[in-house]
Formats: sequence, structure tokens, C-alpha cells
Amino acid sequence: MRDITKQRYTGGKANLRRFHQARWDEPIIFELSRPGQRAILVPEVDAGIRREVSDGTAALPARMRRKEPPRLPELSQPQVLRHYDRLSQETLGADLNIEIGQGTCTMKYSPKVNDQLATLPQVAEVHPLQPEETVQGILEILYRFAEILKEISGLDHFSLQPGAGSVGIYTNAAIIRAYHRLRGQGDQCDEIITTIFSHPSNAACFKTAGFKVVTLHPGEDGYPGLDALKAAVSERTAALVITNPEDTGIYNPHIREFVRTVHDAGGLCSYDQANANGILGITRASEAGFDLCQFNLHKTFSSPHGCGGPAVGACGVTQELARFLPVPVVAFDGRRYRLDYDRPDSIGKIGPFFGVAPVVVRAYAWVMSLGAKGLREVAEISVLNNNYLLKKMKEIRGLSAPYAKRQRRIEQVRYSWERLTRETGIRSEQLGVRAADFGVHYWTSHHPFVVPEPCTLEPTESYSREELDEYVAIMRHVAEEAYTDPERIHAAPHNSTVHTIDHTPLDDPTQWAMTWRAYGRKVSREDG
Amino acid sequence: MSEERPVVYPYIPNSVPDVKAGMLREVGAQSTEDLFQDIPEHLRLRRDLDLPEPLLSEYALRRHVEGILSRNRSCKDYLSFLGAGCAQHYVPALCDEVNRRGEFLTAYAGGPYEDHGRFQALFEYASMMGELLNMDVVNVPTYDGFQAAATSIRMAARITGRREALLCRAGNPGKLGRIREYCRPDIEVRLVGYDPISGQMDLEALAATLSGRTAAVYFENPSYLGFIETHGDEVSRLAHAYGAVCVVSVDPSSLGVLAPPADYGADIVCGDIQPLGMHMQFGGGQAGFIATRDEERYVMEFPSRLFGIAPTSVSGEYGFGDVAYERTSFALREKGKEWVGTAAALWGITAGVYLALMGPQGMAELAEGIMARSQYAMAHIARVCGVRAPVFQAPHFKEFTVNLDRTGKRVAEVNRQLLERGILGGKDLSQEFPELGQSALYCITEVHTRGDIDGLVDALQEVVK
Repeated sequence: MRDITKQRYTGGKANLRRFHQARWDEPIIFELSRPGQRAILVPEVDAGIRREVSDGTAALPARMRRKEPPRLPELSQPQVLRHYDRLSQETLGADLNIEIGQGTCTMKYSPKVNDQLATLPQVAEVHPLQPEETVQGILEILYRFAEILKEISGLDHFSLQPGAGSVGIYTNAAIIRAYHRLRGQGDQCDEIITTIFSHPSNAACFKTAGFKVVTLHPGEDGYPGLDALKAAVSERTAALVITNPEDTGIYNPHIREFVRTVHDAGGLCSYDQANANGILGITRASEAGFDLCQFNLHKTFSSPHGCGGPAVGACGVTQELARFLPVPVVAFDGRRYRLDYDRPDSIGKIGPFFGVAPVVVRAYAWVMSLGAKGLREVAEISVLNNNYLLKKMKEIRGLSAPYAKRQRRIEQVRYSWERLTRETGIRSEQLGVRAADFGVHYWTSHHPFVVPEPCTLEPTESYSREELDEYVAIMRHVAEEAYTDPERIHAAPHNSTVHTIDHTPLDDPTQWAMTWRAYGRKVSREDG
Repeated sequence: MSEERPVVYPYIPNSVPDVKAGMLREVGAQSTEDLFQDIPEHLRLRRDLDLPEPLLSEYALRRHVEGILSRNRSCKDYLSFLGAGCAQHYVPALCDEVNRRGEFLTAYAGGPYEDHGRFQALFEYASMMGELLNMDVVNVPTYDGFQAAATSIRMAARITGRREALLCRAGNPGKLGRIREYCRPDIEVRLVGYDPISGQMDLEALAATLSGRTAAVYFENPSYLGFIETHGDEVSRLAHAYGAVCVVSVDPSSLGVLAPPADYGADIVCGDIQPLGMHMQFGGGQAGFIATRDEERYVMEFPSRLFGIAPTSVSGEYGFGDVAYERTSFALREKGKEWVGTAAALWGITAGVYLALMGPQGMAELAEGIMARSQYAMAHIARVCGVRAPVFQAPHFKEFTVNLDRTGKRVAEVNRQLLERGILGGKDLSQEFPELGQSALYCITEVHTRGDIDGLVDALQEVVK
């Protein structure tokens, strides 16, 4: 038998793992169905009710009755559990891997104690419309956490209602629209200015809210020049919507001049703080003069990402804009917490209730476990980790870190494999598929690819030096393979749950299938 | 005095001083301060954040947060009849078991090779919802039912190239407000009244308002006020006669018994999956679905991600991926359809677990049992002196209106006295629907026993006396 311990360490350094993703060949759940199986029984209707109402559906007119039962699968309970446990094993959660390859997503550790707190019955079993005196605990947490965000941002008021980052940005957009409308300039101020490195949904949210979008491109420093901004600003400018640092990790030192330029033209400035992890306690929205901002509690503030939500996109504003915040706002009179709906200029409700309370509980607990010094440690270590990773990554053949050669980076870097692609023909996306063979994620960039053959890494504060080294070793191995054994990369993945996926049906209306029933119909037609 | 020892933070591996020092040397920095050299001095915060003292031990943290939360009372402490968009259903143990697994809980946006299971679980969620809804296309969940409805109407406007939407006024006022706000830049929203006796949408008013400008006709079924709109087929026929899209928001927990809206002509069906395995969470268990037929002109207007099944290089193996990704804002920025981003995927997986557990039989029993209980409740509440229930003469599903006008009492006052008896009375409707006088919206689900309902009736009896 091979001695894996000898394989694992060579010259004191960790070797790559012999990873293989779980491969259960798990059928689609409908294929496991057997008529008559039950996985859970529904509470029976009491005999006393049955005596009076023998058939609850009797009052329904025929046309409102379901004609055929839904063709849901029929399974026993242990089969359902095994099915989902297998699917979970075929999913690479952040709990399992050195999760630094999904840059921009701030894949930090989500403390388990916070999950336990967020799922207590005092959170889970609380109805949102209970009388205020019965929900003082959760209102207190919402209030306290808004106070924390006020201090972290320097802004004056927060709403925790938006259900993730993009709708937090949309809330910014709706507030900006309301502000200009109230000043009688709603028709005139119909443009926003953003940057090509900003999240693509930022531009989309503002477009949905009725704005035209002007997009600035980076100069040699990695961010747009002040001249470019000045050329774009006009009396039509409703707002500047900007991230700093952007996904390059380069901090734009001229940000206050950017803000001033837009303010001078009558516009507002909205700060997308998706990349706040490296600047907690270092610099704030208020110092740069921003009017609004947005934080992702599921990123910077550690709440788990849940395969893509539930989440919170906290929206912060200055005193001047507080009147426009979504209703209700949690208020505190020194004794009692209450929900304030009496806000006539509010943009209204963004969601049905008050946002995703368990996410706020987690974020609150996370900040309380760290305090001011701990948050600063988060920023310092995430930036240290990033600059350490940058140094190691740049030693890899074929890779570069475009822009700002002499500058430090904040919490992430957008790298480029342009040279590797030129020299080997292997594309960044292919490197990512191969990297998955070693049990890690890897991500290119948002579209469009401004940086050629991009790769975005964000190490956060949650990984040890040895884990960063391991990730670099994987990248080095994969890059070397591109030069020495490109066929191995072309044929990847080798260790994943499934083999190379044929994506063509996904863009073909005659073949695509978003449900099992559609798939069955289309496949049987093909077979026929 | 000994120096203050640096804290080694359990969540921050490299906070060990030696490790930190070694890494700083490696990057050629004297201190972490060097790493922030590009942030100008005038933007630096040169003081500690003014935050509460940290609770460094896990024990102290737990005790602190539990202490605050102990000031909450939950629906386990009270007998609750609150609904209005968030209902207390039984959450099967497996729903929590699956959505608390670290693999699902902490995954995010990985590709279909690393996250095959996530793609399959969400494809299966959409597939089971598709069966329940009798629709072929279901999205990866959006934030909540409000967003689902608002987006459905924007989709209808894009599909038809028209700019007017007609909404039934018996809908959730908060949701109608959200639709209005969301559609404002591009779509004019008009309300259509309802019959004061039956609650049904006013078909004459609808016919008079419909025109070649109408993009969408929207109603909720069951309605916000609990009654079932039984003329869905006529509404959709009218809408279609003018080339408009029929959009219906539905409570998925009703569909074991109620006809899916597609069967009476709905083109886009939306709603909230909170009833399907999500705890109430003070409103944090909401997630929105949107469903359509498998027609390209509908599919291409979804802003959401749509996961599709695809072959792999190995015969018989299932792969997954994004369908028509090029329509999204991820691909096209502001030229995409509305926007897409993180929303409520974990609740989609959970609803999938719920539907797999319940099966066709479970969903039928659930809906019938709720209807039986709510009919019993309406009948007995109506016997309380001066109380009218329901206000509308129509079949109801799980919610219904209770009017107190003839008791001379206000809902707020009655609810206060019910609370003293350990009961959370129905939502006060007097602000949202002043025309209903002092009315409350009560919600009955499968969690309510006959004893619970009788207890409510007895308490109401005492309170309105």
C-alpha cells in the first residue's frame, strides 16, 4: 500500500490533495418515486371538525378544483434524506474548501454559534406582525446592528430591509430618484455614472429604477481619472455609483474629489461597499463624503451565503436622505423599540416585512464577537493575506496583476492569465475547471472581461498562511500543466461529480429544460 | 503592569502575532499600516470605531445574544392566528436538517462542476414547483412574493410591448404599493375594484378598463383577504381578448386542492414559498417564485437565473447549467432584464425538500385540512355575538376576514385583550381596507387543532361581551 504521508509532504511542503468530489450518480428525485410512498404525514383534522365539515373542498366550484393531483415524487422519509445528503456532498460549500477563489464574494468563515443563535425559536417562530411588545428582542438586535453600521460607515441612518446586495443598490436608486423628484428635478436628473468594474447588477438596478447609465472605464491606475468623471458629469447627473476599492483591490485615492465633483453638479454619491472587508475601521463612507451606501451582511459580516441567499443588503444614508428610507424604520425611545411607519416621504416597502432577521442576528453576533479592535484585525489580516497571496501568485508563470504596479492592493486582486493564454492557448475558464479537480473554487470576473483572461481571488481573514500556500500550489500546478500537459486541462474535470457538460442545449429553446417535465417532453420527442 | 496581550481571534487564523510578523516580512511591510499606504490621510479614520465592548468567548457571546432574544415571545408561546403573507405552517424536521447542512448553507456561486448538487437541488425545486403549478419554467427564487409579482408585471410589459397594468384592488396593499413603485418608470398601474359582497374582481370594471394598451391583468388567488377568486377563467379570457398577459399570485400551499392558475388561463404565476417549509423568522423566511410556460418569448424575459439540465460527455450522466444566461444583467449589465443577484436560493432548496416529503397526497391533505379547519373556524367565530365572519360570501382557503363593527369594539382593543389570554388575533385591516370597518384577517393552518379554534372562539366571546 502506498504511504500517503510520504506523498503528502515533500521537502516540508504540502503536496496537492488527492481530492475527488463526491459522485453519487444521484438520480433526479422523480426517478426515485414509487407510488404510494409517504415521507411525512400531515396533521389529521380533529373528529369534532370533521363532524361539521366532512369535505373542506365542498364549497369550491368545480372549475376551481384541481383536476389531477400534482405529479410530485412519492418517497419514504429516509430516501428523501439520503437524496439531499448526497446532493449536499456534491456541493462544495465554504465550510469545506479554501474558499478564496470566489473573489468579490468575501467567502469568510460563518461562525456556527451564530447559526445556532439565528435558528432559536425566539427568531425562527416569530411572526412579523406580532405586537411590538412581544418582539422587543429582535427589534433591539435590528436597532443595535443599525447603530453599528452607522459607526462603521459614518452615515446617519440604516434600513436592513433589502433582501441582498443588488436590492440594496436598488433601494439606493429609489431613494436617489425620490430625492431629485422632491426637489422638482426628477425629469432633469436622469443619469447615473458608474464604472465598468462595478457589479453588473448595479448598472442594471439603476436602469430598472428609470435612470440612464453612463459607464467610466479605468485608466492606467486601474480606476477612472478625475478628468473622465468631469467629462461625464452634467446637470443630468443624478448620482455617482461607485465601489472603492473595486474588484481590482486598488483603492482610488481621489475618491473625495470624485464625490465633490458630483456634488458640485447637484448629484448624490452612492457607495457600494461590497468590498468593505479590507477597510473596516480604516476608512469610511462619511470621510469621502458619500450620501448613501450599501453593505452585504452575507459577505463582509459573515452570514453564510446559502447557495445564493437569503441575505441582507443594508442601506445607509445621511440625515438629509433619511426621510426616504423604506418603511418601517426601527425606532428606540430609550425604553421601548418600535416600528415607525409614519414617514410620508418614504419610498415605501422594499419587501413584505423587515428583511431577513436571522441574517442580521448572525451579523450582529459576529461584530459583537470582535469589537472595534477585532474588526480592525479583520481588515488588517484580510489585506495582509491578500498582499501575501499577490506576492506568491505573481511568481506563477503566465500570470500578472494588471494596473498600479507600485501600489498595494486592499482585499482582493483581479489577475490576468493573458500571457499564459497567449503561450499555451489555455483560457482562464479552463484553468478554473481544472482547479476544481483539487477541491477549490475559482472565478474569472464579471462581464465584460476588462482584464483579459481574468481570475479574481479574495482571501479574506479566514484562511491560514498554510492554506493560502496550498491554494497557490494548486494554481501553480495548474498553470504549469498548461505549459507541459495542456491535454490534461482540455480534458478536465477529472475529479468532479460529473464530466464535461455540453452547454449547447441550454441556449436552444427547442432543447432547453428548466424542469423535469419539460425535459421529459423534449427528450421523448427526440427519441420519438 | 504587564502589557496588554494581543488577542488571538478564533475566526482569524493569521492573527497569531508570529504568523502576522512573518507574513509582513514576506510582503516587505514594516506593519499592517504600510498596506494601507494608498488610502490618503484625509480619508483615514484615526481612532478606534466606537463600538460596544466585544464578547470574546463564545460562551459570553451566546449568553449576550440569547439574553436579548429572550425578550421575544414566539408563536410557540402564543396561540397565533396571524397570516397576511407569512403563515405558521408545520416545518418538517428534514427541511431544517437539509438547509442547515454546511455544504448547502455556506455554498454560493460556484460552477456546475464544484456545485453539481446545488444545481440539481435547485433544478429539482423548480421541477416540483412546476408540477404543483402545472407550468414548465420556474426560476431560482427571488427575494420574496412582492418582488416576484412586481417582476412578473414587468415581464408582461416587455412581452407585450405595452405600458399599463391592471391590478385587482383586493390584493395585498403592501404588495400593490411595491408593484407601483417598482414599475413606476415604465408602467402605469391602475386598480380594478372588487365586489363588496363576494370580494370577486369586478369583471365589468375590468372589461371597461382593458384596452389595447393593457400589458397585464393581475390578481391574487386566494386573495389577500382570504377568499378564493372563482372567476379566474373569465378574468384571463378578458385579458387575452385584449392581448394582455394574465398574471396570478398564488399561495402554493393551496394547490393540492385548488386548480393551479395555469388551468384557468394564467400566463405568469408568481407567489411566495414561505409556506413550503420555511419558519416565519420575523419575515425572514420569504422567497418568491415566478413560473411560465416554456415559450421563448416568456423565458427570455426572466431576469432570474434559470437552471437547466444538460448532457455530459458520459452517456446517461446529468449535468446542469444556466439557461439563456445572455438575457441576465450578469451578462449584459444594464442591457439585461431588470437585474439578478443573491436572493433566497436556500429557501428554494428547502421548499424542494418540503414538496418531496409531502408528495401529491400530502399536498392534497394539507390543503383540504386547512380548508376544513378554516370553515369550522369561520362558522364558530360567526356565532360570537356581533361578530361577522367571513365578510365576503365566497369560498375561502386559509385566511378570512372577521368584522367587529356590530360589537362596538375596535380590532386593536380586541387583539390587546386576546393577547392577555395568550392569543395573537388576526391582522388589523382597518388601515389598509377602511371600507371593511373594524375587520381583522385571521389565518388558520394545519397547526391549529379544534381545541385551538374553540379556545379562540371562547376568548372572543369574553372579549366582545
